[in-house]
Amino acid sequence: MERHLTHVALFAAMIAALGLIPRFEVFPGLGITAQSMGVMLCGTILGARLGGMAAGLFVLVLLLGLPIWAGGQGGVGLLATGKVGFILGFPFAAFAAGWVMSRLKGAVGVAAFAASVLGGMIVLYAFGIPGMAWGLGKSLAEAAVICLSFIPGDLVKAALAAGITSAVAKARPAALLSRG
Amino acid sequence: MLSLTSPVETPAHGWRVGPKLLALAGLTLGLFLPAPGWPALALALAVLVAAALAAGRWAILAAWLRLFRPLWPFALLLILWHGVTRTPLEGAVILLRMAAAMGAANLVTMTTRLADLQGLVLWLMRPLAPILPAKPLAIAIALMIRFVPVMSDRAAQLAQAWPARSSRRARARLMAPRALAALDDADRVAEALRARGGAL
Repeated sequence: MERHLTHVALFAAMIAALGLIPRFEVFPGLGITAQSMGVMLCGTILGARLGGMAAGLFVLVLLLGLPIWAGGQGGVGLLATGKVGFILGFPFAAFAAGWVMSRLKGAVGVAAFAASVLGGMIVLYAFGIPGMAWGLGKSLAEAAVICLSFIPGDLVKAALAAGITSAVAKARPAALLSRG
Repeated sequence: MLSLTSPVETPAHGWRVGPKLLALAGLTLGLFLPAPGWPALALALAVLVAAALAAGRWAILAAWLRLFRPLWPFALLLILWHGVTRTPLEGAVILLRMAAAMGAANLVTMTTRLADLQGLVLWLMRPLAPILPAKPLAIAIALMIRFVPVMSDRAAQLAQAWPARSSRRARARLMAPRALAALDDADRVAEALRARGGAL
């Protein structure tokens, strides 16, 4: 119980800490951040339920007003921007990544990469694109085109998440809660 | 402290957090009701002006204005888009609506202490107590806030240790050690929690 609690808090903090890493900007202000990699790791390491809770805790604390979104933003004001879909999609993305991870047998790295792409990209975009369309007053297709620019960066993040997950599986097998 | 709450005291700091958030929810809903063209523009402008006035002192106003920074890329995108499609009114409505909703929300964030908001969340979660007990949630929120600087410190220590061993750049090599160090820290905190009577 305590271990699950501290791991959930830790991974929520990890998403926040990854936002503090200097980011690579595609467009002034609209950058690729490492934060969605934290969401992927929530799923691939903690599994569906705990991973979803960790990402949910991050979103809750973010909306409470801590400046933990990339670039030091925070508060309910973020829900009025085009980022709303990505923010609300975090817990679902982590849950999906964890669900895939627990069902895929085989090499940890490969499974983690597939889980990261499915959860951290496909599910996250499914929330992010409508949010962006709503926030910017654009059609879904137009928002999807803007989202295309995230794909290369997100693939790199999925690969990194897979690497970290297999390192954890080797060094601390008991910490890989997603595989039971 | 990692928080957006403004240290400059305003009258709004003293207002109760529940009504403040309810007013914000009502305002945001009103802003995004379908009302095209000039009325929406006027409403959004009025909200922004009211928010600026409520912010009161200049010290807090400057900090408030800085929080609009994340809106710039969207503003640029919208100006470009609506410039090309020749629909400036529509673009102005979308932009001002977003700015008004965000400005008002940031004002609530800046004038409300984290502990008050946390108290409200825990109170709202009471009906969920059988599924999601309040005490572990409160501990998790506190732990998470504490873990952020701890993780950054750990990462900085590992980054400092690297050049002592190698002349090459660390790049992604430190990512796994960082994750492992963080997991070990979480395990130790879990043991400490258990030793103090558990989290339930």
